[in-house]
Formats: sequence, structure tokens, C-alpha cells
Amino acid sequence: MLLWLILIPVIAAALIGLLRMPGRATALAAAAIMLILGVGAVLCPTECSDCLSTFCGVRLQFTLVSSISKAMVLLAVLVTFAAVAGTRAPSPNAERSWTISTLLISAGAIGAFMSDNILAFYGFHELALIPTFIMIGCYGRGDRRTIAWTTTVYLGLASMVLLAGLLLLCAQMHAWTFTDMAASVYAGIRPTTPCLIGGLLLVGFGTLVSLFPFHTWAAPAYASAPTPIAMMHAGVLKKFGLYGLFTLGLVFGPYCSQIFGSWNNLLLLLLLGNILWVGYVTVSQTRLDDMLGNSSVMHMGYIFLAFAAFIAADGANELAMNGATMLMLAHGLTIAMLFLLTGQVESQTRTLELDSMGGLGRKLPLLGFLFGLAGMASIGLPLLANFAGEYTIFVSCFETWTPGASPSPECCDVLRGISCWLQELCLVGAFFGWIIGGITWVIESISTLFGGLGAVQVTLVFALWGLVISAIYMLRAFRAIFEGDIAHTSERATGLSVMDIIAAGFLALFIVLFGIAPQLIMNL
Amino acid sequence: MIQNLPWLFLVLPLLVAALDWVFFSKCPKTAATLSILSAAATFGLCIAYLAGLQTGLSDVYVWMPTNTDALDLHLGLVMDPLAMRMMLVVTGIGLLVHIFSIGYMKGDGSNLSRYFAGLSIFMFSMSTIVLADNLAMTFIGWEMVGFSSYLLIGHWFHKASAAEAAKKAFITNRVGDFGFLLGILLTLGVFGTLTFSEMGNVSGAVAPTLLTVMVICLFCGAIGKSAQFPLHVWLPDAMEGPTPVSALIHAATMVAAGVYMMVRLQVSMGTEIFTETACLVITTVGAITAVMAAIIATQQDDIKRVLAYSTLSQLGYMVMAVGLLAGEAAMFHLYTHAWFKALLFLGAGAIIVCCHHEQDIWKMGGLVRRMPLTVLCFLMGTFALIAVPGFSGFFSKEAILDAAIVDHPVFFWIGAGVAAITTFYMTRLCLVAFLGKARAHGAEHAHEAGATMVLPLLALAAMAIISGYGFVADYLVPAEGFTAPGFHFGCTFYVSLGALVLGLVAAIVVYGWGKRERDPLAGNFIATALRNRLYIDAFYDKVLIGGLQNCGARIIEFIDSALIRGLLVQGTAWLVGRVGILLSWLQCGSLRAYACITGLGLLLIIVIIAL
Repeated sequence: MLLWLILIPVIAAALIGLLRMPGRATALAAAAIMLILGVGAVLCPTECSDCLSTFCGVRLQFTLVSSISKAMVLLAVLVTFAAVAGTRAPSPNAERSWTISTLLISAGAIGAFMSDNILAFYGFHELALIPTFIMIGCYGRGDRRTIAWTTTVYLGLASMVLLAGLLLLCAQMHAWTFTDMAASVYAGIRPTTPCLIGGLLLVGFGTLVSLFPFHTWAAPAYASAPTPIAMMHAGVLKKFGLYGLFTLGLVFGPYCSQIFGSWNNLLLLLLLGNILWVGYVTVSQTRLDDMLGNSSVMHMGYIFLAFAAFIAADGANELAMNGATMLMLAHGLTIAMLFLLTGQVESQTRTLELDSMGGLGRKLPLLGFLFGLAGMASIGLPLLANFAGEYTIFVSCFETWTPGASPSPECCDVLRGISCWLQELCLVGAFFGWIIGGITWVIESISTLFGGLGAVQVTLVFALWGLVISAIYMLRAFRAIFEGDIAHTSERATGLSVMDIIAAGFLALFIVLFGIAPQLIMNL
Repeated sequence: MIQNLPWLFLVLPLLVAALDWVFFSKCPKTAATLSILSAAATFGLCIAYLAGLQTGLSDVYVWMPTNTDALDLHLGLVMDPLAMRMMLVVTGIGLLVHIFSIGYMKGDGSNLSRYFAGLSIFMFSMSTIVLADNLAMTFIGWEMVGFSSYLLIGHWFHKASAAEAAKKAFITNRVGDFGFLLGILLTLGVFGTLTFSEMGNVSGAVAPTLLTVMVICLFCGAIGKSAQFPLHVWLPDAMEGPTPVSALIHAATMVAAGVYMMVRLQVSMGTEIFTETACLVITTVGAITAVMAAIIATQQDDIKRVLAYSTLSQLGYMVMAVGLLAGEAAMFHLYTHAWFKALLFLGAGAIIVCCHHEQDIWKMGGLVRRMPLTVLCFLMGTFALIAVPGFSGFFSKEAILDAAIVDHPVFFWIGAGVAAITTFYMTRLCLVAFLGKARAHGAEHAHEAGATMVLPLLALAAMAIISGYGFVADYLVPAEGFTAPGFHFGCTFYVSLGALVLGLVAAIVVYGWGKRERDPLAGNFIATALRNRLYIDAFYDKVLIGGLQNCGARIIEFIDSALIRGLLVQGTAWLVGRVGILLSWLQCGSLRAYACITGLGLLLIIVIIAL
């Protein structure tokens, strides 16, 4: 049954491409079947193991056991349906390639989320990336060639780093599937070069999820990509990296800090880069699509925070895992809905420049309502899905903390060392040394002020400011597009079609559902 | 079944909001009826509970299950007198405002279904705050009231000013929530739980600094929601919303949520958790807000803005009381203030509607002859606000001053001074707007408002007069075992009487009996500063938002695109390309060159091997 989840989109894509079946209708049918199958597979965990025993010498096995993998498959089928239903290509030819790519990305993502075999897990994701590149190159907005090439090379390099890390890990653990690896860990086998592997994996997975400073590919790519591709990539495929990190974290359990532990302080710094740095980059955007692309990069920081908390607790932080799963699902739905609505806004007003828009909410109140709902969800309003994830992650950071436990985060010693070394080095070095010294002082004083916070908690203090930043840019955008006087661009608005409303309403329904009943996901 | 009944307080309004918004967006009458019915039902339920149907806790639901009990996000309702009597204030004023809204919003072209859906969302979220049995649930309500406030301030979102005000309110509140959420997490660390009833004992030895920081962080939430200095800037702007909304949300209930939350924490954590430093910070913030808002109010011309600054100032009183650890006095003032301030706002709303949407008091005048009933009700509210002995505000203000007089004489005199200024600006408002002759067209044609507007005013006026006396207050003030203080002729009485007389005389001397055409105090630099809200908003706009945030964001954006995307990413690509071009020279296609390179390579290998 699980195999069909991958085969159906592939077959549908083949039907559209080779037999020239009508693109949208076929894809819609395939997406609907996938939706039923996917929800069924997630809800009935008994039949969740398909095995293709020998496929090119590799044992391909699909499982759907862990809650994170179920949530991701659920996300994939939901977003695929909305992406197929809610977007219309400019021409019949384009429609064919759009639907084929959407289906293939979906197949690849679902394949990656269900693969037990680590190489298949990697390979499916690579397969899903190819249509993304092609679609940006052929149907993108703006400088599409450059953006497509940049993205291709960037993500290609990241995948190579990731592959190196995965191969090293598999070779040293003598295991090529997640199940076998868990068994190896249980049997006491440990990687011989854990620090190197951890670094490669973090850089590889991190770049795919646009971890600061490897984030600059993301916003232009999303802004340029055709709507369904942006929805599929930002909503579903991007979660691959986080899914990989958390799955490996689960596999290694209490030993995960041996691999990632030495990188944790760096990761904390980088994720703050995502939340604060990219947050302010988002604030200064003047186009809606750029803003959403950057906002999606920013929100990844919270999920990395969950991962850092998970590692810091030696994998004993189930709460962080739950929160991350919830937020990944919620963010996927929200950002897909936002990109979907952005496409609709653009087709109504033919512009995405925030300055030249205004008053659309009076012309199209329903669009305003849906956009407002998605926007509010993305800035973490309670009773909408993202809040459950964010709140759980915040609490998970404090789960391991007891007041006065750690007098000062251990990273301060490292930082102070670096600062001293730099100050003795040369004049320029001294400048950076002072800056690092200043940062150390700030971290230490915050830590002491709050009664001995650890590194994760200090990071959280800064990360919480992201709540304010995201409110600023989202409300600004909403204000600029939907409120105020009716701009001449809004005069053109003609009205939404039924399918537009159904697709957006479909995603909205699940955002509200998971917001009111997060236990549906937390108990998966 | 019966213990699940209290959930109706939350479920009913939420359901109605969803129905209004999604299904009845085209039929405003049905939407309004549903909202009013739900408000009436919750009000009735509240009275039933207060009359003794049931007290205690209701069932607890696990909303977000986790592996450990302490971290689960529970939904539970606390039904003690503090919560239930607060609910009475919320649902009572809520019901009156719902009814008033029918008259006020009649003939308004905007989407009334959205308006009533917003009111219902507000009723839901405010009830969540009041009934929450743990801080996480409070936070949910906290964010949701912020959202409903955003929705209702921006109800006329086609007006740029309303849209900006809504955005400002939400973001300013988020700044406060930043601290509040941090405080919640610290509370979780210190107490190991977020449930109010389990906050009895501190886990392990906790440094007093940590407690101070924790309390101040939690107080940040109150600073945002209750619009205390320095986050007070959103409240005056929030007057862009429809006036009934200002009455319900931005005067009577939501802005008092911060005070309620702090008192709830004092009750459940115990006052010893509130360290001396923390209390001093809280009291000082309250005092600054009270003074600053009162003096700004003296130079406002918009009737709603005068009332908005007066709300700020009164909230300052309540926060001072919280800081003085006089939670009972704070709740007493919250309760009386809710009635009389709702009355003042609804009265102002009636006046605004009848003067054809004129809000400038200098364009009113002579209203006492044209709409006597409304003006009379407004005066009752004014008397309560300026603490005329015998009116409700008098008793509660005296309770706060009493709390300060012994240990904190500074705050006592600040409170007394603010009382004098309050009398001054309210007397100014009444003299200018009600006496003399009409100064503009709108006021000349003013007439008494309809029944849906006058009846709520009468009900509130009655409460403004009697709610301070024992026979009402003992049963309704949101505090455990409250007994009304009644009259006692001590130092506080004479000081507040003196403040009252001082303010009255000063206002009458300056503004006469409504004969003046302009404000005689306007023009000098102090008045200009007050009219510009002491330049605090301008400072935030220009320096913090325009300068620090936007320029900072632009610089960061520039570095991001120039350094990271440009130099590092594109630069690497460029470098790789150049190296490729450089190396491509080696592949020149000339056989002689290849032979030469091969020879050199061979030589190199031989040399290496030989060495």
C-alpha cells in the first residue's frame, strides 16, 4: 500500500507526459487518491511496511512507523492536493509540465519520508529536486536562469556534502538502513569519526533547510518558482533536511550528542542567525514573494532550536521532537497556503510590489480572510496549528532546566578562549576579539540574571524576539495588500474561482483543525 | 454533564464567532442576534454560578499531551470568586456593549457580521484569560484578545489610520508578550508547573534575583496588555475602532486583564514571591503611567482620546496597587472602573453618533439641552471617575490611596496629585462639551439616541453610582471575601476631597461655564508637548522604528545580499569559474605542449622517486 503512494503520482505523471492525458484533471485525480491513501496509511499503522526485496541490489523498504514520518507524509499529500487544485498554469503545455513536476516532487518527497534505506532516502530527495530546478528555469519569475543555476549548484553541492556524511556514517556503522543502524547502535557500534560526520550532516541537511549562512538560495528560488513548485518545495521538500536530522537523532537516541554534540553551540548561533538576522532581512523586503521566502527561512530557526534542545538533552527530549514535528507540519501547511494565496493575489493585481498594492480586502474580502488566517497562523496565533508547535518547542527548551543548575553556559569558556586568542593575534583580530568578548559578556550576564541558564535557554531568550519580528513583517504585508485605500492594482481584481477557494480553504481547514486539536499530530 | 457546563463560557462565543464569520457573513442581522444571545447566555450562566449553582474547579482536559505530566498543556477552568466575579464584569459589560452596538453600528456600511464575530471572539478570549487555571492557557487567551483587538480596531480597515492603529496595537502587545512568555517559561522552571493551584511551593533554592526577573518578565505581559509606560502608545491609537469596542475592550475589560493576571499570580504564588525590587518596579511603572497619561489628557480635544488617556491613568492606579501588594484594592478599582469607564465610553459613543460623528469637544457645546439623558448618564460616570464622595470610584480610589499611605507616602501623594489632574481634565471635558452653545453644525442638530443605546447607559449609570457600596460590592467585587470599606473620615478622605475641589476650581477658573471658543491653555510649549503626547510616539516612530529597526533591517539586508549572497556565494562561484578558465589554458590542443607537460611530469616523478 505504501508503495502505491509513490507509484500513483509517478504513473499519473507518465500518463500526462506520455499519453497526453489532460494535465490538471489527471493530476487532481491522482492527488485525491494519494490523499485518501496517505491519510489511510497514517491512520492505520498496522499495514505500514512494504518491502521490495531486491531492487538493483539494494533492499528497498518503506515504513511508516515514526510519528515524524507519518506527519511528513500527511503534509505531503495535503499540500500536493492543494497545489494541484489551486494553481492554474498559463498555457496547456505549461500545465502539463507543472502538474508532472508537482507530482514528481510529491513522489520523491513521500519516497524520502518513507524510505528505510538510507541511500534511497537520499536518492528520492535528489529525484524530487530535479523538477524543481527545471521548473524554476523554464517558468520562473524574474532572472530565472541565474536563480535556477544558483539553486542547482548550491543544493547540488549541499547534497554532495550530505552524501559524504551519510556514506561515512553508514560505512562506519555497517548499516545501510535506519532500522539496521538502530540495531547497530543498540549493539554498541559507534562511528569512529563522529565529529566529522556530524559536521558534514549538519552542513548538508542544514543547507537543504536553508540554515544560516547557507540560506541565500532559498528566498530567490521561492520567489521565482511557479506557485505549485514553491508550495511543494517550501512546504514539503524542504522539511527533508529536518526530517533527516531528527530521524538520525531518534536512531542514535542517547548517543546522538556524540555525533552532533560538539556542533551544538555553533548550531545555536546559526539558528539565531535564521531567526534574528533573516528575520530582519524579511522586515526590509518590499515584495510579497521575497518576504514569504525569507519568512520561511526564518521559521526554520525554531525547528533547529528544537533539534538543538533535543541534542542538548542527549535525545531524551521527546517534547522537542513533538514540537518540531508539529511545527514542521504546521509550517508546511501555512507556507504552502501563503504561496498559494500569493499566486492568487498576483493573478488578481498583476503585481507583488507591496508599495503598489492596497485595499484588496474590500474588493475580495474572502481572499483577505484566507490570507489573514494563514498569516496569523504563521506568526503563531493560538488555536492555529503553528502555535502548538512553537509553544511546545519553547517549553522543551526549558524542560531540562532547573534554576541555578549551571552557573554559566560552557560555551562561554570557548568563546572567551577565542576572544583572547584573537586579541593577541593582530589589530583586526583584536576588533573581532572584543566583539566576541562582548557577546560572551552578554550571554553570561543574561545567564546569571535569569538564575543560571544553559546555552539552549539563552538562545531561546533571543529566539523569542522572533515572535515580534514575524508579527511586524506579516502585519505590514497584510496592511499593505489588503487594507487602506483601494490602489489602482486592486481595481483590476475580478474575483476568485471556485477551485482557488476550495484549495485554500482545504489547507485552512487543516490549519484550524490541527490548531484546535494538536493532539491529533502529537499522538500520531 | 453539570461539571462540563462551564465550558460553555468558552465554547459558545467561539462557536458563534465561527458561525457569524463563515456562515452568516451575508446576513448581519442573524449574526448580531447570535452574538447577543451568546453574550446573554454566558451572562445568565455567570449569574447562575454566582448564585451558588456550583463552585470549585471544573474538569481538566489535556490539550497537548507530553511525556511528563507537568509539561502537558491542560485546559482547565478555575471557578473561584475572583474568576467568577470577574466573569460577571466581562459578560455584563459585554452584553450591554453588544446591545449598544446595534444602535451604534446602524447604517454603517461595513460588514457587521465581521464586527459581531470579532466581539464574540473577544468574549471567548477574555473568558479564557479569566477562567484559565494555568498560565499557558492564560497566554492563549492573551494572544487571542490581542487578535480580537486587532480585528476590531481595524474594523474600518479602509481607513489608513485604523489599519495602522490595529497593527500598532498588535505589535506593541507582542513586545510585551515577548517578556510574558519568557516569564511563563521561567515560572515553569521555578515552580515546575504552570497550574495556578499547584504554585504553592518553589522547587529547590531559588535566588531572589531570579524571582525578581521572573515577576518582572510576567509583568511585561501586563505592561503590554494594560498599556503601561513604555508600551502605552497603542491604547490612544486604538480609539480608531468603533466606540462600543473602545468601551468593552480598551476601557473596561481587556486592558484590565494585565491587572487581573498579576493579582491572580499574587493569589496563587503568594505575595512573598513578589520581591521588594519587583514590587518597586511595578509600582513605579504604574505611577509613571498614571501621572503621564493624566497630564497628557488635559490637552486632548478628541473626546475619545481624553477618555483613553484617562483609562491609561486609571490603569496606572491599579498597577500601583498591584505593586503595593494590595490586590484587593486593585481588583476593587478594576471593577468600579469597568462600569463607569464603559459608561463614559458608551456615553461618548452616543454623543458622537448624535453629533454626526464629531469627536472634537470644541465642536460640541450645549449638549445638556439637546440630549439631557445621555449627558446625565455621562455625568454620573464622570463623578465616579473623579471620585466624588459617594460614587463608586471614590471608594475604590480611596482603597488604593489607603494602601499607599503608611509605607509609601511618595506614591500616596502621586496618587492624590493624579486625582486632582483627573478632576481637572474631566471637568474641562464636561464644561466644554455640554455647556455653552453649540460651536458646530453637528452639535446644533444633536438629539437623544435610540433605546438600544440609552438603556445600556442607564444600566451602567446605576452601577457607576451604587457599585461601591457594600450591598453590591460585597457580592460582586472580584476578590475572595471582599467587604466594602464604606466611608471613613481619615487623612485619605480629606486629601482626596481636597484634590477634587482643587481640580474642580482650577477647571472652572480656566474654562468658565462653556463660554470659551478655544482652549486658553493651548499654544505654549508645554501644551504643545502634551498635544504631541510628550513626543513619545514620535520618538518610537522616528528613532526606534524608522531609525533603529528599519535602517538596521536595511543594513542587515544589504550585508546579507552583498556579503553572504554576493561575496561568499557568487564570489566562490566566480573564483571556481576563473580557476577553470586558468586551467583551461593547459588544455590548449597543441601536441607539442602536451608532450612538454608530460615530459615535465615524468621528470618530476623521477625526481621525487630519486629523492
